[in-house]
Amino acid sequence: MDFLNSHLLSLILFLPTVAAVLMLFLPSEEAKLHRWFAFAASLVPFGLTLYLWNVFDPNRTGFQFQEQYQWYEAINSTFHIGVDGISITMVLLTTLLTPLAILASFNISDKVKAYFMLFLFLETGMLGVFMALDLLIFFVFWEIGLVPMYFLINQWGSANRNYASLKFMIYTMAGSLGLLLAVQMLGVLFGTYDLVALYERWNSLDPGSILLGMPVHTVKSIAFWAFVIAFAIKVPVWPFHTWLPDAHTEAPTAGSMILAGVLLKLGAYGFIRLVLPFYPLEAKIFAGALAFLAVAAIVFGAFSSYAQTDFKRLVAYSSVNHMGFVMLGIAAAGLASGTKDAHIAMSGAVLQMFNHGLSAAGMFFLVGVIYERTHTRNLNDFGGLFPLVPVYGGILIFTSMASLGLPGLNGFVSEFMVVRGAYPVLTIYTAISMLGLLFTGAYILKGIKSVLHGPLNEHWAHGEHKLTEINTREILVMLPLMVLILVIGVWPAWILDVINKAVMALF
Amino acid sequence: MTHEFVTNLVWFIPLPPVIAFALIVLFTNKSKVLSHTVAISAAFLSWLGAMIVFWNAIKVEHFAEEPFASSINWLPTGDTWLKIGVLIDPLSATVLFFVAWTVLMIFLYSVGYHNFGQPAGDHDHAGLPPHGATVTDDLGHKHTVLSIEPMYSRFFAFISLFAFGMLTLVVSDNILTLFVGWEIMGLCSYLLIGFWYGKESARNAAIKAFMTTRIGDVFMLLGIAFLYSVTGTLSFREIFTEEILHTLASVPSGVFGLSAAGLIGLLLFIGTVGKSAQFPLHVWLPDAMEGPTPVSAMIHAATMVSAGVYAVIRMFPIISLDEKTMTVVAFIGAFTALFAATIAVAQNDIKRVLAYSTISQLGFMIAALGIHAYVAAVFHLVTHAFFKALLFLGSGSVIHGMEHGVLHTGNHKVDPQDMFNMGGLRKKMPITFWTFLIGGFALSGFPIVTAGFWSKDEILADAFGHGHTLIFATLAFAAFLTAFYTMRQITLTFLGEPRTQEAEHAHETPWTMTAPLVVLSFFAVTYGWVGIPEHFPLLGGLVPNWFHEFVGSTLAEHPEAVEFSPWPLITSLVVALGGLGLGWLVYRNVNSPAEDKLQFSLLKNKYYFDEIYDVIFVKPAYWLAENVIYKFMDQGVIDGILHAFGPTTGGIGSAIRNYFDVPFINQFIGDGSADATYWIGKNLRPIQTGRIQQYLILSLILLFVVGGLVYYILTLA
Repeated sequence: MDFLNSHLLSLILFLPTVAAVLMLFLPSEEAKLHRWFAFAASLVPFGLTLYLWNVFDPNRTGFQFQEQYQWYEAINSTFHIGVDGISITMVLLTTLLTPLAILASFNISDKVKAYFMLFLFLETGMLGVFMALDLLIFFVFWEIGLVPMYFLINQWGSANRNYASLKFMIYTMAGSLGLLLAVQMLGVLFGTYDLVALYERWNSLDPGSILLGMPVHTVKSIAFWAFVIAFAIKVPVWPFHTWLPDAHTEAPTAGSMILAGVLLKLGAYGFIRLVLPFYPLEAKIFAGALAFLAVAAIVFGAFSSYAQTDFKRLVAYSSVNHMGFVMLGIAAAGLASGTKDAHIAMSGAVLQMFNHGLSAAGMFFLVGVIYERTHTRNLNDFGGLFPLVPVYGGILIFTSMASLGLPGLNGFVSEFMVVRGAYPVLTIYTAISMLGLLFTGAYILKGIKSVLHGPLNEHWAHGEHKLTEINTREILVMLPLMVLILVIGVWPAWILDVINKAVMALF
Repeated sequence: MTHEFVTNLVWFIPLPPVIAFALIVLFTNKSKVLSHTVAISAAFLSWLGAMIVFWNAIKVEHFAEEPFASSINWLPTGDTWLKIGVLIDPLSATVLFFVAWTVLMIFLYSVGYHNFGQPAGDHDHAGLPPHGATVTDDLGHKHTVLSIEPMYSRFFAFISLFAFGMLTLVVSDNILTLFVGWEIMGLCSYLLIGFWYGKESARNAAIKAFMTTRIGDVFMLLGIAFLYSVTGTLSFREIFTEEILHTLASVPSGVFGLSAAGLIGLLLFIGTVGKSAQFPLHVWLPDAMEGPTPVSAMIHAATMVSAGVYAVIRMFPIISLDEKTMTVVAFIGAFTALFAATIAVAQNDIKRVLAYSTISQLGFMIAALGIHAYVAAVFHLVTHAFFKALLFLGSGSVIHGMEHGVLHTGNHKVDPQDMFNMGGLRKKMPITFWTFLIGGFALSGFPIVTAGFWSKDEILADAFGHGHTLIFATLAFAAFLTAFYTMRQITLTFLGEPRTQEAEHAHETPWTMTAPLVVLSFFAVTYGWVGIPEHFPLLGGLVPNWFHEFVGSTLAEHPEAVEFSPWPLITSLVVALGGLGLGWLVYRNVNSPAEDKLQFSLLKNKYYFDEIYDVIFVKPAYWLAENVIYKFMDQGVIDGILHAFGPTTGGIGSAIRNYFDVPFINQFIGDGSADATYWIGKNLRPIQTGRIQQYLILSLILLFVVGGLVYYILTLA
C-alpha cells in the first residue's frame, strides 16, 4: 500500500507503456486477445485514478503525490511529476476516455497489435503532459503524444489520411519549435526546469533589468507568444484551427474520440499550467487579443460547422466552437486575475475542457457507429433513420443536446460559468460569443434533422443496406459518458469543488 | 401540516414527471398501457403535491413574508457558493395551481387524442400521424377507423419531461434553475413540434421554434450573467431586497443610457419575447401547430408561453426600476396584441386562429406589465391559461371528430383543420360545442359570467386609470378583434349546417377527451370570480377580491387597486358584445373562403414575416457560413496560406539544390576535385615508364630541388 501511495502517479503514467511492451510478446494473429488485453490494461490506470481521486485532498494547496527522480543531471532537469485540482481532472478524463476508445475500436481488424500498442503509448504521452512538473519533461511528453496519433491517422484513417496526418504532424511540430526555444531560454536563464521553482524566480525578475540584451518585458512578450502559438495550434484557436477538421475527419473513430477528448485539452492545459502563471502581466496586456481569437473560434467555428455536409466534419468544427469558450475563460481569467470573476471564468474553462471531452468523444463515436454501418458520412445520404434505429437516435439526441449546452446537462454549467466570469471584464466579446452560441443550436439541429428526421429512409431499411441498431458494446461505450454528462449537469459540485479550490490557489 | 413539511414537499413536486420520463424511455416504452399509466400517475402526484402546497399557502397569514422557501449549495464560485432552491410565494402558488390543473387535464386528454384502444394502423409508420385502420365488423363490412399513434409511449415520455420543465421553472427560487426549466421546455417543444418528424413541415417548424426562442435565450443568458456579476446572487429573495434593487437602479450600464436594472430587464425581456412569441420573434408559434394538439395546448396555454410571461412577472421588481425598459415592454405588448389579432381574423385553420389569438393575449399581459399593472397581468395569465387550454383541446376534439368523418368518407383531400370544411358541428359534438363556446366567450371577454371578462377588464381599467390612453385604445381595439374572430371561428365551426360530407359524419370524441374540456370550462367560468374589483357596480364587495390581495402581496409594495371608472367597463362591454355580435352577423351565411370579405392576402400571409426573415436572416446566414466563412476563409485563405508553405519550402529546397548544391558542391567541389585528381593522374602518367635509371634521375632532381628549398628557407629564417 505504501508503495502504491508513493508511486501512484508513475504507476498510472507508465502502466499503459508496460502493457504495450508486453503486447509485443502476444501472438500476432490473436486479434481478440489483443483487444481484451489492451482494454483490461487500460482499465488499471482508470481504477488507480479513481483511487487517486479518492485520496486526493482538494483543500491542500500546491501539488500532491509528487515524485522526483534524477533524470538529466547535466542541465539540471529532473523527472518531477505531481497533480493539483486542475491536472487531476484531466488525468481522470484521459484514463476514462482511453478504455472507452479502446472498447470503441473492437471492430478494428487490420494490424490489431500495432493499433492497440499505439493507443497505450498515446495514453502515457497524454498523461505525462498533465502530470509533468518539469518543463523539459512537459515538452518531451508533449512531443511523444504526437507520434502515436500520427500513425493512428496515417495507418487506420480514411481516404485522405496522408494529407491529414501530415498536416497534423507538421503543424503541431511547427508550434513546438517556438515552445522548445522558449523552454530552453528559461532553462538557460535559471539553471532549472522545475516548474515550481520557475514560477517564483521568473516572476520575481526585476522588470527593469536587461535579459539577453533586451528589456525583460520584451523577452517575456516574445516568450509569451512562443508559448501561446504552440498551445493555440493545439487547442486549436482560430486561425490555427484548419488542421483539426481534416485530422478529425480522417482519423479512425477512436482516434477522433481521443483527439477531441484529450489532445485538444493539452493545448488549453498548457495555457493554464504555463502561460498564465509564467506571464501574468502579458496575459493581462494581451487578454483582448486572446479573447478576440477565442470569440472568432466560437463564432466562425459555429458558422463553419453549420456549413458542413459531412457529419464528421460538422462535429469536428463543433470542437473549434466549444474550445473557444475554454479560451474565452482563460482570457478573462488572465485579465481579471485575483478576482472572483477570474475564479469563475477559469473554473468554467477547466470544467468546459472536461465536459467537451465527454460530449465530443461521444459525438465522434456516434458518427463512427453510423459510418461503420453505412460507409458514408454525407448528411445528404441520411435522413429518416430514426424509425430504423430508435435507440441510437435517442442517444444521439441526448449527446447532441449536451454538445448544444442544454441546461440540465454538463455543457451548460461550464459555458454559463465562462460567460458569467467573462461578462464583467470582456463584455463586448462575451456578447459577440452569444452569436456563436446561437449558431451552435443551428448546426446541432441541422445534424439531427439530416440524420434522424424525415420520412422512413427506404434505402437503409431493407436488404443489404439494412441499418442495424446500435449494439451492446457500443451502448457500453456511450453509457459512462452519458451518465457523467447528466451527473455533472445536475450536480456539478463534486468535480467543480476540486477545480475551484485549485483555481483559487493559482489565480 | 407544518410549514417545514410543505416546504420539503415543494422540492418533490417536479420530480414525478421526470421519473416517469426516465421509466418510459428506459423500460415501459414497449407497453402503451404502462407508459400512459406511469405518465398520468406522475402528473397526478405532481398535481396532488401542488394542491396541498396551494391550499396550505392560502391558509398562511402574511404568506408573502413567510413563503415556503429552502435552498442548498449548488455551484462553488470562488470562495462562495451559488445556491439553488425552491420558493413558493403568492405568485408561484397561483401559477402552480393552474399549471398543475392544466397539465393533468392535458395528460388525460392525450390518451383519447392518440386513439388509445384503437387498432394499429394499416400503413402507419413512426414519424407520421396515424392514417387509420381497416376493421371488419360482425356483418363482414369493412370500415376504416382511427388508428393508434405508433409512437404513443414516446409522446407520454416527452410531455412528462415537458411537465417537469414547467414545474421546475415555477418552483425555482432563482433565475438559473428557472432558466434550466425554461430550456428543458424548449427542448421538449422542439421534440414535440417535430413529433411527426416524417413531415417536412413539422421538421422545419421544430427547428424554427427552437432557433427563434434561442435568439431570446442567448440574450437572457447575458442578462443572467450581468445580473449575477452585479449582485453576486441569482436568488429572487436576495435580489429583491431594497439594497440590491437600489444598486441595480443606480449603477449605469453604459448602453442606451439605461441603468443596470434597465439593461438586465431588457435582456431578460428579450428572452420572454422569444418564449412568449412576442413581436418580432412571434413567427415560430403559428408553425408550432404542426405538433399534435395536446402539445399545442401544453405549449400555448399551460406552460411554455406562460413561462415567458411568468419570467417577466417574476423579474418585475427589477424591470420596473427603469421606465425606459418599461416603455419598451408596454409598446411591444400592446403592438403584439393588436398585430396578432389582425392576422387571426384571416386564418382558416382552426388551430392557427388560436395560435395568433395566443400571441395577441400574451401581448395583453406584457402590455399590462409595462404599465405596472402587475396583478392584472397575473390574473390574465391564469384565466388565459385555463380558457386557452380549453380552446386548444376543444379544437383538437373538433379535428379528431373531423378525422373520423374523413376516414368514413375516405376522401383524404379534405383538410380536417380547415374551418370552411366544418359547420353544424354543434349537433354532432355537443360537449365539445358547449365547452368551446364557454372558452370562446371567455376569450372574448363575455361580461360577468366568464373569467376572461374580469381579467381583461382589469387590464383595460388599469391602462385607463393610469392614463396610458394609447395603450388603452390599442388594447381595446385588439379586444374587439378578439371577440370578432372568436365568433367567426365558432360560427364557421359549429353553427349553420355541415358544409362537407366529412362534417356530416363527424363524431363526438371519447370521455378521456371531453372530461378535461368540462373541467377546464369550469375554471374558465369561475376563476374570474376570485378577482372581482371591490368597487364594481352591484357585484363588487359581494366576494372579497382575494386575487388582488393574495398576488399583490408578492411585491414589497402592495399595489393599489385602480379606482373604479365606468369608461373602461363600458368599453369592455361594447367591444366584447359588439365583436361577438358582428362576428356572428358577418359569418352566419359565409360558406367558402371566397365569400369571406376579410381574406386580405397581407393578413393571410401574416404580413409576410416568414418570407422577410427568410430573405434577410436565414438565407444570408447559411450563405455566409458556407461560402464566406467555410469556403473562402477556412479553405481559401487559411488553408491557402498553409498550403503555400509546402511549395515555398519545396521551392527554397530546390533552389538550394539547383543553384548551390548541384553546381557548387556537387559539380565544382565534388566532381571538380575528382576531375582534378583524374587530370593530374592522367598527365603524370607519361613519367611512369618503369625504367629504374629514369626514376633515379628524377629522385636526384627532386633531392636537389627539396634540398635547395630547405637551405633557402633555413638561411632566410
